[in-house]
Amino acid sequence: MANTTGVAVKMVNITKSFGSVLADDQVNFELLHGEIHGLLGENGAGKTTLMNILYGLHQPDSGEIIIQGEKKEISSPHKAVEEGIGMVHQHFMQIPTLTVIDNVILGLESLNSFKLNRARARERLVQISKIYGLQVDPDACIWQLSIGDRQRVEILKALYREVKILILDEPTSVLTPQETTELFHTIRKLVDAGLSVVFITHKLEEAMSITDRVTVLRDGKVVATRKTQDTNKAELACFMVGREVLFRLKREPYEDKQKYEVLRVENLTVKSDRGSLAVRDVTFNVQSGEIVGIAGVDGNGQTELVQALTGLRHVQGGSFWVDGVNLTNASPREILEHKVGHIPEEQNDALVANFTLIENLMLNRHYTDEFSKCGILDQGKMESRSRELIRQYDVKASSEKAIARTLSGGNKQKLIVAREIARDPRLLVAAHPTRGVDIGAEESIRNLLLEKRRQGGAILLVSTKLDEVLSLSDRILVMEKGRIVGEVTREEADIEKIGLLMAGTRTTT
Amino acid sequence: MIEQFTSVVFLTGFLASMIRMATPIVIVALGEMVTERSGIMNLGIEGIVWIGAFAGFATTILTGSYIWGFLVGGIVGILFGLIMSVVAVEFHGHQIVAGLGIWILCNGLSGLLNRSIFGISTERPTIVATLPTIPIPGLSNIPIIGETLFNQNIIVYLTILAVPLINFFFKEISWGLNIDAVGEQPRAADAAGLRVGVIRTLSACFGGFLAGIGGAYLPLALYSIYTNDISTGLGWMAIVVLVFGKWRPWGILGGALIFGAANALKWRLQNTDLPLPYQITLMLPYLVTLVMVIFFVRGGSGPSALAKPFVRSEN
Repeated sequence: MANTTGVAVKMVNITKSFGSVLADDQVNFELLHGEIHGLLGENGAGKTTLMNILYGLHQPDSGEIIIQGEKKEISSPHKAVEEGIGMVHQHFMQIPTLTVIDNVILGLESLNSFKLNRARARERLVQISKIYGLQVDPDACIWQLSIGDRQRVEILKALYREVKILILDEPTSVLTPQETTELFHTIRKLVDAGLSVVFITHKLEEAMSITDRVTVLRDGKVVATRKTQDTNKAELACFMVGREVLFRLKREPYEDKQKYEVLRVENLTVKSDRGSLAVRDVTFNVQSGEIVGIAGVDGNGQTELVQALTGLRHVQGGSFWVDGVNLTNASPREILEHKVGHIPEEQNDALVANFTLIENLMLNRHYTDEFSKCGILDQGKMESRSRELIRQYDVKASSEKAIARTLSGGNKQKLIVAREIARDPRLLVAAHPTRGVDIGAEESIRNLLLEKRRQGGAILLVSTKLDEVLSLSDRILVMEKGRIVGEVTREEADIEKIGLLMAGTRTTT
Repeated sequence: MIEQFTSVVFLTGFLASMIRMATPIVIVALGEMVTERSGIMNLGIEGIVWIGAFAGFATTILTGSYIWGFLVGGIVGILFGLIMSVVAVEFHGHQIVAGLGIWILCNGLSGLLNRSIFGISTERPTIVATLPTIPIPGLSNIPIIGETLFNQNIIVYLTILAVPLINFFFKEISWGLNIDAVGEQPRAADAAGLRVGVIRTLSACFGGFLAGIGGAYLPLALYSIYTNDISTGLGWMAIVVLVFGKWRPWGILGGALIFGAANALKWRLQNTDLPLPYQITLMLPYLVTLVMVIFFVRGGSGPSALAKPFVRSEN
């Protein structure tokens, strides 16, 4: 640990492909002792794959890994841990039904003894928690914990194994701004204690604020490695996407001054799958030509709220109206026919992966008189309409008969947006409309929503991306533990204020 | 007529028979529990019971030894557990189809072997006596309970011991934790350095072993003959009991006792003056299965990764 200048890990000419997709192409990466090294890139740039290779989850097709000057084969995560490498994945590698202690000692204890020695493990875990200020209840089951707690468990797991190198994969994507600050604090403590950290992210601010050096990946290739102090956001952004990335959003006012209420929600209460209350007594409305954004950390009732409004989940109490029609606990079809569009948070909930683009585009209207006569589908009409939509919404696909599965994430999302917006809905419920899509698609989807607003559509936007909510919404509601804990208008909104509300700190007025 | 059911003799006989009948269900269900908690669903256990019954029977006829009978029954079970795990772990096969395949295969195989070894004559070979009971000195003299719990054969005793032992295994032993981990979140278990395939294979083999033992129990401890319909759904009942018991040893014991009671009653009711045709009483265990499936077996909390193949390099 005294050696703070040497190279901890060197990855040389790493290439890895999955089927025909080249994830990493001749990548060189170097991690120094005691540094925080940012690995920056868009979704699908190959960051996670590269680190999964270092952690032994994937084997590279070619290339070498050199640790402390020695060439190593890392054939499994177990081997990686032996080499002092730990990784906190974006999707936590935890068993929800087991306790924190059991998760920490999993795969470890069996090497030493047959019977589990939980008492000893607890002692050591508590000790490590104290040293690094990572508080968590060792006897709680994972599923009972908050996301922030679960992340701390992952870090503790690595520290328990005495790793010297810690890889964090997009660690802030699930955290509130305040939890993020706390995490950064922890990371600095780790580095002070002699660890080296790889910090995977696609957020420029984070790369600038926490790292010592940054390596930027694009399409599986290293574009540049820079000392953080010698670069800036604009340069990194350019490296990342290969062009200027200022969003060109066209936010034009709603033409018709006559506003009226499209969605009215009163005292809505909805249960989660576990039977606990996910949405508690929520009241709000959305007017024509208005985007209402719902901000909040994932899992605070947004999913259940959206499902309730689209007929996918039973409403326990309260009601909601669309254009004055009470649609509480109506079937999804009824709600759809009252001109409610829905962009669900999971693409799998919107698209049938093995259907063609035509079939997917027609999924919620093939039965209408426009496309079928006495139950017989009008293939020609469906085809021509689909072709039109694909062109109009700029979905990149080989043809309208392509299978949806073969599209990229961004194009799949555009397909969903095209289907929902082209129906000319009165109300559009958009849940995380740009999650997991590339910057180009993100820009065009945001513009489509703004265009819909200009035409007088009412949009309920649920997103965990604060910049998205801030840049699109006319009003912002913050959800925390199933309640709406604050409402701010576009003019008075700022990240700090919303962040505090998201974390459950109520501002006193 | 009521007296028939309340007499000490009837009650003692009924309870002892209930335990004897519940035993093979507990054995097979505990084995399947281990298999399923590792993430493999082996529907072939009905077939393994069958072939285990035949292997145990044939071995005991040929060697005169119960120990060899149970051992060979268990080893044959391991063999088919291994086949199941190879399909599930190595080839990522469809586990329901593979399980049903094993069932049909074992079914035909035991019939074929029975004919080729013992011929098709109506004179069936018979084991001289079923597995002897071992009264536990002192305890077996307690009225009702003594006869029920402490005057049974060795397999019943071992089974009663196995329930808390396996419970302890899953709660306190690292291997038990590992099995649960690969059955719940194989990806996380893999990242923790566990060998998912190995753990699943061993678990399926153990499940096959117990299914074979449970099968061998039928001719060796209950019927003393082998017929081609000896299992009468023991494997299926074990699966119902497993879900009913929510994949927990004590729950399995409870569910199996209900079936044991139904099985014990089906014979006993025929010897009473109840005006019921025997076909109805013979239906009793299956009626119980139906009732349990309809009213008590709900979606349930099975292992999250049950019957899902694990592929590491899928990105």
